[in-house]
Amino acid sequence: MAIAIVIVLLVIGSLIFHYVSPWWFTPLASNWGAIDDTINITLWVTGIVFVLVNLFLAYVVFRFQYNKNRRAHYEPENTKLEGWLTAITAIGVAGMLAPGLFVWASFINVPQESDVIEVVGQQWHWSFRLPGNDGELGRTAIALISEKNPFGLDTKDSSGQDDILILSNEMHIPIDRPVKVLLRSKDVLHNFAVPQFRVKMDLVPGTVTYLWFKPTKIGRFEILCEELCGVAHYTMRGSVVVDSAEDYQTWLSEQQTFAQSMAVPLGDMEKGWELYAGCAGCHGAQGEGIKSLNAPRLAGMSSWYTKRQLAYFQKKIRGTDANDTSGQLMSQMSQLLADKAAINDVAFYINSLKPDEAAHSSTGDLSKGKQLFRSCSYCHGEKAEGNFFMNAPKLSGQHDWYLSQQLNNYKKGIRGNHPFDLYGSQMMLMSRLLHDEKAILDVVSYIGTLDKGLSK
Amino acid sequence: MTQTTHTAIADQVDDSHHPKSFISKYVWSQDHKVIAIQYSITAIGVGLVALVLSGMMRLQLGFPDQFSFIDPSSYLQFVTMHGMIMVIYLLTALLLGGFGNYLIPLMIGARDMVFPYLNMLSYWTYLLSVIVLLASFFVTGGPTGAGWTLYPPQAVLNGTPGAENGIVFMLISLAIFIVAFTMGGLNYVTTILQARAKGMTLMRMPLTIWGIFVATILGLLAFPALLVSAIMMMFDKLVGTSFFMPAILSLGENIDHKGGSPILFQHLFWFFGHPEVYIVALPAFGMVSDVIATHARKNIFGYRMMVWAIVAIGGLSFVVWAHHMYVSGMNPYFGFFFATTTLIIAVPTAIKVYNWLLTLWQGNIHLTIPMLFAIGFIFTFTHGGLTGLMLGNVVVDLPLSDTYFVVAHFHMVMGVSPVMVLFAAIYHWFPKVTGKFLHTGLGKIHFWGTFLGTYAIYLPMHYLGFLGVPRRYFAMGTTDFIPESAQALNASITVSAIIVGVIQLVFIFNLIWSVFKGKKAGDNPWNATTLEWQTTKTPPVHGNWGPSLPVVHRWAYDYSVPGVKDDFIPQNVAPDQVIMIEKVEGAENVEGMESNQKGDNT
Repeated sequence: MAIAIVIVLLVIGSLIFHYVSPWWFTPLASNWGAIDDTINITLWVTGIVFVLVNLFLAYVVFRFQYNKNRRAHYEPENTKLEGWLTAITAIGVAGMLAPGLFVWASFINVPQESDVIEVVGQQWHWSFRLPGNDGELGRTAIALISEKNPFGLDTKDSSGQDDILILSNEMHIPIDRPVKVLLRSKDVLHNFAVPQFRVKMDLVPGTVTYLWFKPTKIGRFEILCEELCGVAHYTMRGSVVVDSAEDYQTWLSEQQTFAQSMAVPLGDMEKGWELYAGCAGCHGAQGEGIKSLNAPRLAGMSSWYTKRQLAYFQKKIRGTDANDTSGQLMSQMSQLLADKAAINDVAFYINSLKPDEAAHSSTGDLSKGKQLFRSCSYCHGEKAEGNFFMNAPKLSGQHDWYLSQQLNNYKKGIRGNHPFDLYGSQMMLMSRLLHDEKAILDVVSYIGTLDKGLSK
Repeated sequence: MTQTTHTAIADQVDDSHHPKSFISKYVWSQDHKVIAIQYSITAIGVGLVALVLSGMMRLQLGFPDQFSFIDPSSYLQFVTMHGMIMVIYLLTALLLGGFGNYLIPLMIGARDMVFPYLNMLSYWTYLLSVIVLLASFFVTGGPTGAGWTLYPPQAVLNGTPGAENGIVFMLISLAIFIVAFTMGGLNYVTTILQARAKGMTLMRMPLTIWGIFVATILGLLAFPALLVSAIMMMFDKLVGTSFFMPAILSLGENIDHKGGSPILFQHLFWFFGHPEVYIVALPAFGMVSDVIATHARKNIFGYRMMVWAIVAIGGLSFVVWAHHMYVSGMNPYFGFFFATTTLIIAVPTAIKVYNWLLTLWQGNIHLTIPMLFAIGFIFTFTHGGLTGLMLGNVVVDLPLSDTYFVVAHFHMVMGVSPVMVLFAAIYHWFPKVTGKFLHTGLGKIHFWGTFLGTYAIYLPMHYLGFLGVPRRYFAMGTTDFIPESAQALNASITVSAIIVGVIQLVFIFNLIWSVFKGKKAGDNPWNATTLEWQTTKTPPVHGNWGPSLPVVHRWAYDYSVPGVKDDFIPQNVAPDQVIMIEKVEGAENVEGMESNQKGDNT
C-alpha cells in the first residue's frame, strides 16, 4: 500500500521539482533554438510516458494487492493489445526522432558564408587562429611546435604567413555571423563546449573536427573542456567574447599575424640593462629580490613569463586589488616601459641574470610538501623548472615568502580574479588544493629543495 | 558414413563424483552452486570498495576544499575505479558469474554446468583479475584515473594519474577478466543449449534463463573488442606502437608516436561498451520478470513477446554503439544511423515495461521484499530509459553530452535499476541458496532507504546536467552561468549518497545474520513454478536432483490457472497430476491451459 502512495508522490514530486527548479538551461546565445525545441518535444513525450506508466503502476499495485479470497487472472497473451502498444510506442519514438534528425542535418551542414576560426586545445589551455586576409589557414604539424612557433605552423606554406594567432584563452567573434569552428588538439582529447551556444564537439589529436553556430548575444561566454584530458581538466577554461562588428574590428587590429610573431627580435641586452635600472631599486641589482620591499626574485625568469606579467601590470589586469599594495606599485612602475619592444628587452635582460642560490628557511614537512606538489608538477615540472608549453612559470629559486604570499593571494582572489586574467583562474582553482597555511608552508618548503645545484 | 549415437545429457545417469573433503567441496569446488556463491561474495566485496570510492568522490563534489586527502589526481582515480568496478567486476560478475551460475543448471533441470572444471577455473581467474585490479591501488602513482572509458591518448600519458603503472594493471586485469568471462560464458551457453531437462523446450524456459542466455552471447561477442583494444593500448604504452596514438605532444614534449587513431579506440570500446549495458540489463530483465510473476501469482504477460524483445534488444545492441560518440568527432553522418537504431531499441524495451505492468494487472500482488524491489525497478528503469531517449536523439545529446545529465541517466538505467533487480533476486533466491529467509524488517529498511535515497541522488543530478555542469570536474569554481545554489544541490546529493551507502550495511548485516539466524524456509517458500524450487533438498545437494532428473511438462508461468486447486503448477508436474477444484467449469479451463502452450514447440 505504502509503495503505491510513494510512487504517486514521487511522480508528483518529480513534476514539482521540474517546475520549480531554478536549475535549467542557461539562456540561449546562439542560433540553436531548434535544439531547445527538440529538447522540449522530447521532454513532453517522455514526461507524459513517465507520468502515465508510473501512475498506472501505482494504481495496479494498489488495486491488485494480495487478497486471499481472490485469484489472479490468467491471461498469457493478448496479441491485439500488444500490437497496439507497439504501434503507439513506435509512433511516439518516430515523433521524437524525426525533428531531431532534421536539426542534426542543419548542424552538420555548415552555411557557405560562415567565417572560419580554428580552436586549438592543449593540456590545459585554449588558443585560437584566424585564416587572415587570404581566408586560408596554413598547414601545421606537431613536430614544428616550438616556443617561437607554438601553433606549429609550416613556414614553407605561404598561406600560413598571414594567419592571425591568438595565444591566449580568450577568443573574440563578431555577433550575428555564422562561424565554423575547426577544432584541433596538440595532445589529448578535449571538448569545446560553450553551454550558452548549446553545441559541443571533441578535439581529436591527429584530425580536425568542426562545429558551427551563430552567436546572437553580445557578451562573454565561458568555454569549458568537457572531455576528460588529465589531472587539471577542470581548470581548462577559456572565453568567447561576442563583440559588435566595430568592437570586433578594433580587437582584430591588435592581433599579431604569424609572420609578425616570427619577426619579434630576441631582445636587446644593452637596452634591457638600461631599462632594468628602474627595476633594480626594489628587485635588486642582480634581480635577487628584496623581502623588505616585498619584491620577488626576477633573475633567470623566462622571458615569455616576464612579458606576460608586465603586460598584465600595464593593462591593470594585475595589481588592481585593494589588498594588493605591492601589486599596485608594480602596476605603476610597469607604465615606465614605453612599448612592447621595451618589455621585450627588459625581459630578455632579466632572463640573462644568473640566479644565486635562494636562501630557503621554510621548515615545512617535506614529504607532505612533495605529495602536495604532485598536483603542481604536471604544469610547473617535476623540478618546478617551469614549462612554456603549459604556460607555467618556473618556481624553483623563487623566495619562499613570495611563493606563499602569492598562493595566499590566489586563494583569496587577490590575484587572478580579474576577468581578463586568462591564466589566473586556473591557479585560483589549483591553489584551493592547499587547504591551510600548513599546506602552503609544506609545498613551498618542498619547492625550496628543488633548485639546489640547479642554475637556470 | 557411420552414425555415432549420443545419449542426451538429460538421459545420462548421474555418475558424478561427489566431493568429500572440505577443500574440494568449498574451495576448489566444481559445483556450480558453490562457484556461484564464490563469485557473488567476491563481487559484492569488490562492489563495497567501489561504493566507498563513490562516497569519497561525492564528498569532494558536495563539500569542496574540505578533505585534504582528495586532490584532483585521487578524485579521478576514485571516479575511474568506481566506474570500472561497478560495471565489470560487480554487475557483470554478480549477474552472470553469480546468478547465472546458480540458476542456469537449477532452472533448466541439469545436474551442473556441462564443463564444471572450466567453471571452477572461471571463478579463480576472475578472482585473479580482481586482485590485479586492487593491486593497482598500491603501485607507484596509484590506479589509473583515465575515466572508466580509458580513452587514449591521455590514458597512457603523463598528466593522467596512474599513467605510470595503474593503467597497465587495469588493462591486464581487464584481459584476465575477459578470459574468465569467456570460460564462464561458453559454459553457460553450452549448458543452456545442451543440458536442459526433458520437456524444457526453449520456449518453456523461464525469462531469467533467456536473459542470461542472450546476455552471455552478447558478452562472448562484445568482450573480444575490449580485449583487443586493451592489448593494443598495452602495446602503445609498453612497446611504443601507435595504434591509438597520433603525432602529439605530452606536457609540451614531442613524443615518438604517429599515425594512430584515438577514435578507433572509442569505436572498439563502445562496440563492447554498449552491449555491456545489455549484458547487465538482460539478466536483470529476466530475473525481475520471474520475481514479478511469482509474487503477483500471475503468469508473465506476453511471454513470447518478452522472449523476442530480449533477443531483439540483444541484436540491436550491436548496432547502436556510436550513440556514445555523437560529439567524439567521428564522421557526423553516423549520427543519423545511430540515432535511428538507438530510438528503435526503445520499442522492444518499452514493450517489456508494458508487459511487466500487464503482468501485475489483475494479479494478486504480495508486497514481499522482492516484489517491492521489483516495483522499485520498474519505476527507476522507466525513468532511466526515458532519459536515454533524450540522449539517444542525436541533437538533444549536443548540450547534454558530457554533463551530469549523462551521469544521472546511466546511473538510473544501469546502476540503480539492475541493482534493484539484484536485491529483488537476492531476497527472492536467498531461501533456496541457504534454506533461510532474509529478515523482512531489515529488508524494508533496506528497500526504502535504497529506493528513496537513490532517487534523491539522481533526480536532482539531471538538473545539474540541464544547467550544463560538466562531469569529471574535480571542482567547478566560480562560473557565471552556474548559480551558487547548484552547490547546495550538490551537497544534498552527497548527503543522500552517504545515507544510501550506509544503508547497504543493513543489507550486509541481514545477509550474514540470516545465514545463521534467519527464519527457516522450505523447499518452495514462494510457491513458485520454476524448477529450482522443486528440488527435494534445500540448499540443493551436489548434482541437484538426486537419482532422477526432473521432466518438464509446461511453461514456467502456470500461476493461478483457472480450475486448478493451487494457484501455481510447477513445471515438472504432469497434466494428469494437476489437482483440480472439484467443479464443473474445471474441464473447459484445462483446455484453455493447454492452448496456452501452443508456443512451446518452437
